Amino acid sequence: MNVIETKNLTKFYGKTRGIKNLNLTVKEGEFFGFIGPNGAGKSTAIRTLMGLIAPTSGEASVLGLPLGQCREYLRDVGYLPSEAAFYNDMKVRELISYSAKLRGVDCSSEADRLCSCLELDTSKRIDSLSLGNRKKVGIVCAMQHRPKLYIMDEPTSGLDPLMQKEFFRLLRQRQQEGATVFFSSHVLSEVQHNCTRAAIIREGSIVAEGSIDELSGTSAKRVVLHGVKEIPAGIDGRSVVSGDDSVSFLYQGDIKLLLRELSSLPVKDVNISDPELEEIFMHYYQQEGR
Amino acid sequence: MTILKKELKKSVKGFAVWTGAIAFMMLICIFLYPQMKDQMEGMNQLFANMGSFTAAFGMDRLNFGTLTGFYGVECGNMLGLGGGFFAAYVGITMLSKEEKEHTAEFLLTHPVRRCSVVTQKFLSVVAEITALNVIIFACSVPAIMAIGEEVPAKELLLIHGAYLALQLEIGIICFGISAFLHRGSIGIGLGLAAVLYFMNIIVNISDKAEFLKYITPFAYAEPASIIEEMSVDGLLLGLGLLYSVAFAVLGYLKYCRKDIAA
Repeated sequence: MNVIETKNLTKFYGKTRGIKNLNLTVKEGEFFGFIGPNGAGKSTAIRTLMGLIAPTSGEASVLGLPLGQCREYLRDVGYLPSEAAFYNDMKVRELISYSAKLRGVDCSSEADRLCSCLELDTSKRIDSLSLGNRKKVGIVCAMQHRPKLYIMDEPTSGLDPLMQKEFFRLLRQRQQEGATVFFSSHVLSEVQHNCTRAAIIREGSIVAEGSIDELSGTSAKRVVLHGVKEIPAGIDGRSVVSGDDSVSFLYQGDIKLLLRELSSLPVKDVNISDPELEEIFMHYYQQEGR
Repeated sequence: MTILKKELKKSVKGFAVWTGAIAFMMLICIFLYPQMKDQMEGMNQLFANMGSFTAAFGMDRLNFGTLTGFYGVECGNMLGLGGGFFAAYVGITMLSKEEKEHTAEFLLTHPVRRCSVVTQKFLSVVAEITALNVIIFACSVPAIMAIGEEVPAKELLLIHGAYLALQLEIGIICFGISAFLHRGSIGIGLGLAAVLYFMNIIVNISDKAEFLKYITPFAYAEPASIIEEMSVDGLLLGLGLLYSVAFAVLGYLKYCRKDIAA
């Protein structure tokens, strides 16, 4: 079952592009990473799925229901915004309780457990919390009702490394229990370490989607040449890094052409390997400037 | 009704300050009346010679020597202006504050229908305005009895009823406008209340501006007219109701479809 599915989902803010013809599929039980830098359209896509903004065109469904029925599927969704803002005059426990009441459920025991795991003091007022502690409040509100789907927009920003580790442990636990996790990030290592699949968004559209292994093993290769300082003239290389006696670049094209070009150069050594996810990401993003 | 309860709880302090301030000022006026009653003969003469200034506030048609005349002008202005500004403030901030404070994202990503959010917030506006008027009425009656005056029940009910309607109209109009705002704008609400108040002053001093009485709710809540006629103008009240319904519907339609600012 596709838990999230978008077909040509488009959102323009006036003439400004938010997302354009976004096609995305997240299957049940996946731990899905949504990668892109600021302004790529990650938050717009997520906010559209959450029913906060209406798409300009295209379709989308969440948990099998169309966007028009978002109030129904939101019962089973836990959402964490990138910048969590709450009612400043409330105490943490009041806010968590208010969130549960809005859902019409009593999840106080699970909320207590999560607060304990995240070391969150529930007696404090919201306006006295640090950014990281506000994030923890958001995490508890998103997880306390044990939803089927977690949609999280840059969830680890503001959390210290220990809390990030605990947060992902909690999420993985939920995934193992059958939940689906969809989170956006521009921290590629956390996507690579935690996700089963990922999609890369550039200028509002998906430019690559697949398992982490597939994405890392995409046709782009990291080529390192020793003995030369520049990439061969006939080769279309990206992410070029020149050293004293070497050059490294990403290459996506006919491998025979690459070998033919290299044969005419004074190359001492060659290393061709699958790039890290970060390199794939940079590869797609450097196309932007071309 | 979770949102309604939360809104009412959140507004307790502001509500108490506004209600206390208006009630306090009205009580001062009421308790000053016995002292001023004896001096009113001369005051009436003075006001009669002030031309359009007295007409602007309906003082040319009221006898300051009577409790109803004094109450209509002094307490009416407190309740009209103070209550009107309170209603405008509550109405204009009710929906827009969620976006201004970036809490709309938290609220609307819960399984709550937007029309339910609007309804509960609308009820909160109505409840706050009604409660303010009930409390002030409940303070005024014993105060009038305490100064040894007979309570002019019908006049008092008509004046307070008209001011309640006025405040509800201003509150609901501002509530409707609030749905269109992404960032809270208290100035728009308070400005609107002030403009409507001054419209009525213009109506009172110029025959050429009589059409304004069909716009401003202060026209049907004019104590001089109410005491003269012993009734509230049904046409103006009906128009006020129409404006209220129109702005409430507009607010509903807008908020249920609007994009929530990040």
